Amino acid sequence: MNLLLSVIAVFVIALLLAAAAASSAAAYILTVIMPYVVFILFTGGFVYRIVKWAKAPVPFRIPTTCGQEKSLPWIQNNPVENPAGTWGIIGRMAGEVFLFRSLFRNSQTEILDGRPVYGSAKWLWFFGLMFHVSLLIVGLRHLRFFTEPVLPAVTGLSALDGFFEIGVPALYISDMTLLAGLAFLFLRRAILTRVRYISLFTDYFALILIAAVAATGLLMRHFFPVDLNAVKTLAMGWVTFAPVAPAEANVLFYLHLCFVFVLVAWLPWSKLMHMAGIFMSPTRNLINNNRSQRHLNPWNAPVKVHSYEEYEDEFRDKMKAAGLPVEKE
Amino acid sequence: MSLAKIPPPEELMKIGYKPPATAWMETPVDFRPGTWSYAAAAKNLAALDMPNPRAWQPGDADWKLPENWKRIILDGMKERLEKYRSFRLFMDICVRCGACADKCHFYIGSGDPKNMPVLRAELIRSVYRRYFTASGRCFGKLAGARDLTEDVLKEWFYYFYQCTECRRCSVFCPYGIDQAEITMIGRELLNLVGCNINWVLEPAANCLRTGNHLGILPGGMKDMLEFLADDIEDRTGVRVEVPINKKGADILFVTPSADYFADPGTYTCMGYLMLFHEIGLNYTFSTYASEGGNFGLFTSHEMIKRLNAKIYAEARRLGVKWILGGECGHMWRVIHQYMDTMNGPADFLEEPVSPITGTRFENARSTRMVHIAEFTADLIKNGKLKLEPSRNDHIRLTFHDSCNPARAMGLFEEPRYIIQKSCNHFYEMAEDTIREKTFCCGAGAGLGNDENMEMRMRGGMPRAMAVRDVVQKHGVNRLGCICAIDRATLTTLMDYWTPGVAVMGVHELLGNALVMKGEKERTTDLRGEEIGG
Repeated sequence: MNLLLSVIAVFVIALLLAAAAASSAAAYILTVIMPYVVFILFTGGFVYRIVKWAKAPVPFRIPTTCGQEKSLPWIQNNPVENPAGTWGIIGRMAGEVFLFRSLFRNSQTEILDGRPVYGSAKWLWFFGLMFHVSLLIVGLRHLRFFTEPVLPAVTGLSALDGFFEIGVPALYISDMTLLAGLAFLFLRRAILTRVRYISLFTDYFALILIAAVAATGLLMRHFFPVDLNAVKTLAMGWVTFAPVAPAEANVLFYLHLCFVFVLVAWLPWSKLMHMAGIFMSPTRNLINNNRSQRHLNPWNAPVKVHSYEEYEDEFRDKMKAAGLPVEKE
Repeated sequence: MSLAKIPPPEELMKIGYKPPATAWMETPVDFRPGTWSYAAAAKNLAALDMPNPRAWQPGDADWKLPENWKRIILDGMKERLEKYRSFRLFMDICVRCGACADKCHFYIGSGDPKNMPVLRAELIRSVYRRYFTASGRCFGKLAGARDLTEDVLKEWFYYFYQCTECRRCSVFCPYGIDQAEITMIGRELLNLVGCNINWVLEPAANCLRTGNHLGILPGGMKDMLEFLADDIEDRTGVRVEVPINKKGADILFVTPSADYFADPGTYTCMGYLMLFHEIGLNYTFSTYASEGGNFGLFTSHEMIKRLNAKIYAEARRLGVKWILGGECGHMWRVIHQYMDTMNGPADFLEEPVSPITGTRFENARSTRMVHIAEFTADLIKNGKLKLEPSRNDHIRLTFHDSCNPARAMGLFEEPRYIIQKSCNHFYEMAEDTIREKTFCCGAGAGLGNDENMEMRMRGGMPRAMAVRDVVQKHGVNRLGCICAIDRATLTTLMDYWTPGVAVMGVHELLGNALVMKGEKERTTDLRGEEIGG
């Protein structure tokens, strides 16, 4: 149901766009006004979400420890899985952000011969990482449209990405891995009953939307070429704040653009904000030095306690009878 | 409910992981006996100044909620979203990848999809979206949002009291989302309208008044400890002293009351007493702070602080230099991650230094409380103890890492070091079931009561099966641990799933092996069982 709805949603976006593409006014809105609207929604939303998270304090230091603590000098501490200092935390966060360390632990539980068995299950990690890295490379490659001259690093990356030189224009490895990653994530969600059971509309929508962006992009690159100079002129127009609507409408390009805009504008308001959230996760980004450095809670307030005096007042006779010392005779 | 009333292990093992045909939002909770805990008695709520004390049970149709319960819950959520970054973040960033799903012992043991940490969290996230996000307000169900109704509240109660706050899911979550944190907040919210369980609040109420969960009065505590000293004399021929409320002691010793109250914790406690006697430690127990455990952790952050405050207060009153803590799981989560922040700074104490070895416990220099496994490992390393591991030759041991010392502290090597020096037959369980991936006993966080027995056995199944593996492979007959709740509940769990395995604390093992000055020839271990192969 959620899956179906999200397919429909993406089609509706496409149809709306296709209908609008015929009119030059709509083209103007899409290519001249929308980029800025989307940019504002994205940066505004992004900042808003981060600020909202940052405004909530971290009252307690609650790292999840996944290795030996630093205690006695002759016991080997695991400095990354249970960080005892700043370098450890940098290592732990780098592992999470660049290598998906925690996901790498993934296992699969099955009941075999009347007992649970924990099998290795690295596929989610593998395809998840592949998908995210591909997405990053694809994004970086697109920078060539936004600078003149093109940054050498971007040219180099593109050359490396098209290293195998299959076809003309060269097939990018990252495009293929992106599609493979997407396919895995999508099929996993749609087929595995357990994952399907927990999936919401937005879970499918995010995947299908990214797939639509990728599909339209690939179609343009390999099957229905667009005028790259016109695209570059348009993109440079945006960054120099002098946007001009292209003279000729290209539905495929408009579709691509439209999907990208929806994705980027929606991102800060969606679960895709996990990309920023991971950096702020208190179970991961805190040093496990709880007993050596006091952590302060900004809203720490006195609470009603049961004092020793109250305790002794109630039990004084019993304490004396048991021969225990008391404060007041 | 006794063990006899729940299905036999073969039946319980028939677990279906196929989710029901209806979507989870449309699948109501079935309060099946054996899977939930009794409601907290009104007197305990009153004793703790908690709202809405009344007579009710979760099985009732009418939970007698306050009229404005919805407002109370939503206001409570708003307040906590502003006070805890963890809560706000964990409401926002889950992508429902499902990596946590089959990591939860309750899910593995029950197959109930709402026991997947991701769905347990969605129970409250769906309400968060509906009332606190624009997309949820506008798109409702499409955005994964739903109204807060009495049925939703009942669902929270059922599933937040089917989570032992063990943090195993947070090890596997790519964003570190910690269901324990969500459960803690969820239980706080339920407390606001008086929906809580007696197995949590009675110990908490007892602890506030008498200093310990079991409601043991000062004389009773003294009697019990003296009784243990008698037993030690019987086994070893050495009379150990039991200092209580002693001013001028160097060290305040705090341990779970279960350690001096009931088997098999008492044997661990005998181990402590023997150790302290042997090294001539100038220490004291306290009757006012006679509990290491803290059921506030299963109630609310405020309650943690109220109950924990006694430890520092008593240390100050008695004028000790620093504090030593016994073997306990959630106690150590509180001491390691909350105590200093809540009730510190402990500037009236000294930085802990072992009076025997001179070792400075750098890692505890601010909180000034040392774990007994750290303390003892240091003693052994410095050759201060004479140990005869062959006295444990009748024991074939495996070790259960307790959730909190594992995942909220990282105390892995210290207990293992003590074990290796105290016995000759030690076998680790499978890698996926120990250390940071350790499985909960299934009865922590206040769920270790009899009426919840089926769920306990289900939740404890992964742990029990890992034990059964080493029983079959290595003939293991003893399960070691460093947690009082474990000692109480794993015994039942072993009896059900893999009979013949007894449970012991690490300091019981040490007590068996400890050669004491002036002792008679030992023929039995601390339990009175014959020693030797």
